[in-house]
Amino acid sequence: MTQIIIDAEGLHYTPLNKQIRQAILNGASEIILKNVMGQRFIGDGLTGKVKIIIHGVPGGDLGMFMKGPTIEVFGNADHAPGNTMDDGTIIIHGASGDATAHSMRGGKVFVKDDIGYRGGIHMKQYLDKRPVLVIGGTAKAFLGEYMAGGLVIMFRMQEEEPYAEMGLASGIHGGEIFIRGTIEEWTLGIGSSAHSATTDDIERIKPYILEFSHHFNIEPSKLLNCAYTRIAPVSARPFAGKYTWE
Amino acid sequence: MIIGSRPTKFQVTVDKKQCMLCGRCIENCSYGVFRMDEDGIITTTKNCVACHRCISQCPRDAITIRERPCDYRSHPLWTPQVKENIFKQAESGKILLGGMGNAAPYPILFDHLVLDACQVTNPSIDPLREPMELRTYIGKKPKQLEFTKNNINDVNLITELSPNLKLETPIMIGHMSYGAISLHAHTAMAKAVSEIGTYMGTGEGGLHEALYPYQDHMIVQVASGRFGVDVNYLNRGAAIEIKIGQGAKPGIGGHLPGEKVCADVSCTRMIPEGSDAISPAPHHDIYSIEDLKQLVISLKEATEWKKPVFVKIAAVHNVAAISAGIARSGADAVVIDGFRGGTGAAPTVFRDHVGIPIEAAVAAVDAKLRKQGIRNEVSIIASGGIRQSADIAKAICLGADAVYIGTAALIAMGCRVCGTCYRGLCSWGIATQRPDLVARLNPDEAAENVKNLIHAWTLELAELMGAAGINSIESLRGNRDRLRGYMLDQSMLEVLDIKPVGA
Repeated sequence: MTQIIIDAEGLHYTPLNKQIRQAILNGASEIILKNVMGQRFIGDGLTGKVKIIIHGVPGGDLGMFMKGPTIEVFGNADHAPGNTMDDGTIIIHGASGDATAHSMRGGKVFVKDDIGYRGGIHMKQYLDKRPVLVIGGTAKAFLGEYMAGGLVIMFRMQEEEPYAEMGLASGIHGGEIFIRGTIEEWTLGIGSSAHSATTDDIERIKPYILEFSHHFNIEPSKLLNCAYTRIAPVSARPFAGKYTWE
Repeated sequence: MIIGSRPTKFQVTVDKKQCMLCGRCIENCSYGVFRMDEDGIITTTKNCVACHRCISQCPRDAITIRERPCDYRSHPLWTPQVKENIFKQAESGKILLGGMGNAAPYPILFDHLVLDACQVTNPSIDPLREPMELRTYIGKKPKQLEFTKNNINDVNLITELSPNLKLETPIMIGHMSYGAISLHAHTAMAKAVSEIGTYMGTGEGGLHEALYPYQDHMIVQVASGRFGVDVNYLNRGAAIEIKIGQGAKPGIGGHLPGEKVCADVSCTRMIPEGSDAISPAPHHDIYSIEDLKQLVISLKEATEWKKPVFVKIAAVHNVAAISAGIARSGADAVVIDGFRGGTGAAPTVFRDHVGIPIEAAVAAVDAKLRKQGIRNEVSIIASGGIRQSADIAKAICLGADAVYIGTAALIAMGCRVCGTCYRGLCSWGIATQRPDLVARLNPDEAAENVKNLIHAWTLELAELMGAAGINSIESLRGNRDRLRGYMLDQSMLEVLDIKPVGA
């Protein structure tokens, strides 16, 4: 393993990303970024198998269009980590901003704490590409809106009240969302339905629960032995009945 | 059954004396108008959409199509279309969808603009004899150039230049997605632009593998659905276009119906077969002009600043101020799509009533950017209702750098603008995914037609420029003096910043 350390202090995102790309060209398999302070687009469009460890707070669009690398953030992340991401893993030891995992196509995003509005919005899947967003805390409104595929799991580890944020999965036409505990009925957006998750469902998502527990050093049984609500689309054609032809 | 049947929109008649019963009309009509019985060809005339495929294939000129053979009582307000729309919505309670561009009878501004020519005082230029410069560069231009002297007594450029697209003619083909139109149609246009040295847009349906050979002439689109978007796709394109809006349906998203998402379309869009492909109204990572900047820069970072990034918006009331924001977002070009822009399907209420004409929009954007001293930051690409070379010349005089054509390129491949693209039954093999229909469009022949059209328009542009004593497209750009308004009111002349005829 070749490790390269980059001090990001005072560095603009373009030279920082250039240094990351150069480090990969030089054969780095692990890159440690120190003193990251709001630099956007870290790992944007990056391919390959490199691991990037970030100390500090990365700016928006962390790992956007990324295809393969693993990014681990020891801090919070800003707007839209995992935006339109294709493959790889993002692990955030903290919270993240709005539009986390927006339009994600593949790979995994793990957030230890809360995420902002519009998490997992318009995630999609195709064949073996199935994006996964796992949230340790809770999410603001419009979680999984327009979702066209993929998987969202939310533990709400600090909350016991039913989930109560508007526009949950409105316009969903693919994929599924699991929320630990129950949800208020009114949270459900158009085109979505909610049921208690079955033991088969839990078995299916177990690998991601275990992976989350592993990343953040949490006792898995705390998350496995719980009731979940599964939110899924009513139809793959939510707008089929909305129009008539001229 | 309260409303009952309506008069047929078209009446199809087959002249029995002319007809040789070859059955080509039956074979070619994908809408099921024709059938054969012992009396010859029988028509179910209410199925006709006037796509003229039958007429084009009839060896004997036996077929005639008449529009509205039986009409309603005429009325200036309650037109047949208005009544029929009410019938449909009264029966269904649904939003009305239509195909192709704006069908409302607004006056066409292009037809109220006239071009100039030289007489006596300055000589016109003969393009046969003199070189005419139509080459156009799309992208940011530096405000100033800085040089240093080097030791061989020459100079080195130290200003960093932004990547530009080099067009041999200021005519490009706009974004029509694979899914909305067929792969053969896409291939034909891709071949045509590659051979001419210009560009076409992929639309938001991704880039099919078959088009990789033409990727250097393709502008890949990133729309709110992000279909088919990955770093590979971004790197293949010659440029990247963020689609914010479309002239035919400003402010709303798009829904490619599941029926059109066949195996190949599903693969290119990277979504499951048969699923609706839903593009939300906004990009959900863009809720402000600052967010737009973030998306522009993210695309540049992902492609290591090698690709120009365009932003396409629909021409709406505040198009000039919005474009000024786009010019400051880091984008390299702004595409303005006027309210006559085409579409496979749009709610008719949007298609016919939302947005403004391209002529006024381009003039307003050009004026605003010049006033703010940022015209060099972005190129302006005009689209939406460009029908002929004169429209292109006029758009350039009003401030455009280049134009996108769309419907015109489809017409070059046989499209009759029947406006029923949304049914997926296009008998010309253009707006359909049905393999037997797609097979009707020969990509090589169609490419030749599209190429001919762009070539012919380029020749005409050169002639128009020569007649005006202009030998470079740059001298035509924003050259309001070469335009006059004919029968336009004072306020319109002010918006366009042109004088009336005779002045």
